[in-house]
Amino acid sequence: MGIFDQYKALQEQHAALASVGQCPDQLQFDDIISPTEATLNGKPTILMGTNNYLGMTFDEGCVQSAIDALKEEGTGTTGSRIANGSYNGHKALEDELTAFYDMDSAILFSTGYQANLGAISALAGRDDYLLIDADSHASIYDACRLSDAQVIRFRHNDPKNLARKLERLQDKPGNKLIVIESIYSMLGDMSPIAEFVAIKKKYGAYLLVDEAHSLGVLGEKGRGICEHAGVEKDVDFITGTFSKSIGTIGGFLLSNVPGLDIIRLASRPYMFTASPPPSVVASARHTLARIAGATDLRERLWANATQLYTGLQNAGYELGPTLSPIVAIRLKDAEKAIALWNGLLDAGIYTNLALPPATPFGWYLLRSSISAAHTPEQIAKAVDICTKIGLELELITLSNSRATNGTSAVNGASETPPCATSETEPTVPPKTGDSTATA
Amino acid sequence: MTALSSAGAAAAQNDILSEIKKQLISRVENASLVNENTNITRDLGLDSLTVMDFIFDLEDSFDISIPMERIAEVQTVADLAQAIIVLQKEAS
Ligand SMILES: Cc1ncc(COP(=O)(O)O)c(C=O)c1O
Repeated sequence: MGIFDQYKALQEQHAALASVGQCPDQLQFDDIISPTEATLNGKPTILMGTNNYLGMTFDEGCVQSAIDALKEEGTGTTGSRIANGSYNGHKALEDELTAFYDMDSAILFSTGYQANLGAISALAGRDDYLLIDADSHASIYDACRLSDAQVIRFRHNDPKNLARKLERLQDKPGNKLIVIESIYSMLGDMSPIAEFVAIKKKYGAYLLVDEAHSLGVLGEKGRGICEHAGVEKDVDFITGTFSKSIGTIGGFLLSNVPGLDIIRLASRPYMFTASPPPSVVASARHTLARIAGATDLRERLWANATQLYTGLQNAGYELGPTLSPIVAIRLKDAEKAIALWNGLLDAGIYTNLALPPATPFGWYLLRSSISAAHTPEQIAKAVDICTKIGLELELITLSNSRATNGTSAVNGASETPPCATSETEPTVPPKTGDSTATA
Repeated sequence: MTALSSAGAAAAQNDILSEIKKQLISRVENASLVNENTNITRDLGLDSLTVMDFIFDLEDSFDISIPMERIAEVQTVADLAQAIIVLQKEAS
């Protein structure tokens, strides 16, 4: 038996995908022109699936600060901070994170994946319990594997299910650490965080919130869902990433619990990998400094999200339950989902194709993430093309499509924007989710 | 163990087995495939999402939490019943 034979099913799935068009994992852009434009196979393409929420990747100040740092401190740190020491920028960025969040301490990680891996695995030890949302990101699932704690899942975004599980653990000694996210990466639905906070308090558990998709996106100062819901003082740990709204790479852990620094000597994903390079740290610092005041970008972002969400909804598509910068078309039919994704690519629109089991309920998702940098014209074009292909594939019909052109979608943007301060009404009942490790 | 308590244990085990089978049968097309020795993922072709939902329903039925590492050890319907019995004992 060959060493790759274990992947037969995966190979077959991949081959099936390749036989009908392009493969998401093999796309190679010829040029990246701006946060929202690229050239793909020689064709101008609008980027609608990059998590580049504030469009910071080409920000002049960001780019310049990275260049300066490259020249002053070189291309890499070539080791971990434990072994090779820290650079000034590491400590400065940690201080700026604690100031931005108004929390006591921060630890920098090399990616958001490693922040979850390193934080969760080190916080929950042998006699402890990890209680994680069923729709958790792969980094949270992997952290559970690395941790010695017992892992109990609760139904997605279901505080009552969590409460029952904590109730059953009441007489058990170990610490209980609840792990939730903010805006969930596949469907764009939001965690009912105030309810989770109430439960955490009732049962004396710790709460960790991954703000990956909400940093810069939610809250008046852009701190995320905890700020948005007014529960910051009740959350024990926050993790996050620089790979989305911050437009570079890196991750972090923040806490008000005294003694956080010991994690630096216990967390393997912190200790045994190289620290972020100076240029990355410099651009993260530059963007972070802008987040609190970037109200204009957040307004643009939510107006854009509204335009895309209402545009696709009016076209007759079934979307995620909540309006957010992650807009996912939910499809049951694999072939049509793949055809829609390929059709969009051929027409110059790049989105993400997400397949089970990385998706809730075994849905096929055409996932897009909107940016403040998108123009209303780009979004209207995407809605138009999506509508046209959807009609061809009979994913939508003219009767369930209330708007078949982007003009009405543009108008949608001027209707009450949800903005970062108000929860939007679910358009489908938030059901309990059940995916394993969303990617 | 007295004859009476072992009879009670057997009855409890039967209840657990029939609840597991009921929950499984509601998720498969061919009910005749489901018996004590059925391998839950391999024989029934259930995907990981369906299995997770199935576990959540069992947790509700028996008022227990089944940690992920216990689920990983389970292969057959009988294994799962045994795991549930152990968890119920630990809880009481
Ligand atoms: C919820 C969530 N957490 C963590 C991560 C990991 O972030 P990074 O890209 O920095 O590793 C992601 C991104 O994929 C995510 O969606």
